[in-house]
Amino acid sequence: MVETLPGRSYSAADAAARGLGWLSLALGAAELLAPREVARATGLEGHEGLLRACGLREVMTGVGILSSHDATPFIWGRVGGDLLDLAILAPAIAEGGEKRRRAGAATAVVAGITLLDLVCAKALSDEKRLPQQPIKDYRDRSGLPYGPVGSRGLTALEARQGSEANRGPAA
Amino acid sequence: MLTVWSTAMKALCWHGKMDIRYDTVPDPTIEDDRDAIIKVSSCAICGSDLHLYDGIMPGMKHGDIVGHETMGEVVEVGKGARDALRVGERVVIPFTIFCGECDQCRRGNYSVCERSNRNKELADKAFGHAPAGLFGYTHLTGGYAGGQAEYLRVPFADKTHIKVPSTLSDEQLLFLSDILPTGWQAAVQCEIEPTDIVAIWGCGPVGQMAIRSAILLGAKQVIAIDRVPDRLVMAEAGGATVLNFEEENTVVRLNEMTNGKGPDKCIDAVGLEAHATASLDSIYDKAKQAVALETDRPHVLREMMYVCRPAGVLSVPGVYGGVLDKIPFGMAMNKSLTIRTGQTHVNKWTDDLLRHIEEGRIDPSFVITHTASLEEGPALYKTFREKQDGCIKVVMKP
Repeated sequence: MVETLPGRSYSAADAAARGLGWLSLALGAAELLAPREVARATGLEGHEGLLRACGLREVMTGVGILSSHDATPFIWGRVGGDLLDLAILAPAIAEGGEKRRRAGAATAVVAGITLLDLVCAKALSDEKRLPQQPIKDYRDRSGLPYGPVGSRGLTALEARQGSEANRGPAA
Repeated sequence: MLTVWSTAMKALCWHGKMDIRYDTVPDPTIEDDRDAIIKVSSCAICGSDLHLYDGIMPGMKHGDIVGHETMGEVVEVGKGARDALRVGERVVIPFTIFCGECDQCRRGNYSVCERSNRNKELADKAFGHAPAGLFGYTHLTGGYAGGQAEYLRVPFADKTHIKVPSTLSDEQLLFLSDILPTGWQAAVQCEIEPTDIVAIWGCGPVGQMAIRSAILLGAKQVIAIDRVPDRLVMAEAGGATVLNFEEENTVVRLNEMTNGKGPDKCIDAVGLEAHATASLDSIYDKAKQAVALETDRPHVLREMMYVCRPAGVLSVPGVYGGVLDKIPFGMAMNKSLTIRTGQTHVNKWTDDLLRHIEEGRIDPSFVITHTASLEEGPALYKTFREKQDGCIKVVMKP
């Protein structure tokens, strides 16, 4: 039996993935709809086009996480996206001054989210890596007390007669 | 009317995609004179419950109680059902709710009862004309509370029940509610002749029942198609020749096994969520489904239309939900194929099937692989979905 939260059909990793999916959608929407404000908050003024592209990536990842049966590849995709975000923020930190302060704060937030993404991606991958199970031996599960050979056609005539009778009114 | 048990019960409720929870909900009460309340002794997870779990079936609401394979003891009866049912009687509840009086019910077409779907207007819009109400299966089929619960309200209870003897176990009787008559109807619809080769796609619970039904109805050979080894082993135990579609090409192999003629009769016990890992059409379906341009993945239907012997029968107990793409209907027409489908008219078959169980011709309990408490139900949804631990059929004891 697979591990899930008590009384739930999903594991803690599934729940975390769903939360990260919504986070992706929220961040993506902010970057797409208000790139100037996001650029100001993160010290990335002048890179609004890049932020819009990141927003599109976030929305696509979020949709993937929330709509797919298996969120694992999309969460790993988020980890990759986080590394890209950190790379985009790095030059702003190097600039110094107020930009450095804001980019530094944004980097800390992204690093925290990266850690969350990593933990979630690993947990989902571990769940999928269940030990190879032996094939269950259901060879005695015939369900036919006379055996398959002895049961062949046992009800054939009766069923034909029954289906004729069943065409009449219900009881 | 006062009830004699507690006012809150436990039930499995739908909260969204892959989100089934063990919740506390109000007890059901008699809402109509023809209602009865059942104290559930056993209930099961059906393959079609997984369509709800996967979020593919439309018309579900947060908190809906799921489940439509249920049996138990009558604990309360509305005054309009008292001639037919008494407190203390042991009953299996068919998944289709039917009035027994409308034109369709009088013809034995219980799954298209004209009166039991209380969301008829909505269903008329979705389907053209409404099918019957079903337990625990979307608001398009009435939005009735399901039976994966401690208690179940049964509408039209004077008709919607199967009385069962105390001499048989729950495990032998429970599947009269759905999978046994569903597999049986699928095979009966094939009008099996002693010379027929019957191919059955899907070795889940309905497929397993269809295999046994086809054998009992006298098929010369039954070929079962799946990719899950445990399920193929169980299919073989029931008398089928098995075909693993991950190891062999289904169409090529079926033609080889039938001297190039194709199987005479084909049964689709898979439905709308077909897994066809190596086929182009399944990739196409998945892509279109992802962007909401198609609701179902009809790989099995396409394959059956292609490989079936001309003048053969396609029987479709597998559940489909909506709009299907690239169905090669020209093949079906030009090959004179007969297509029969539909939700199961459960009570049309249950008198015969109960007798077959009592007289030892079939023991449906063979299919049970997991028995658990209701509380463990949500986890078992995931186990069943992932086909882990050899899971083929889950029975729960509330």
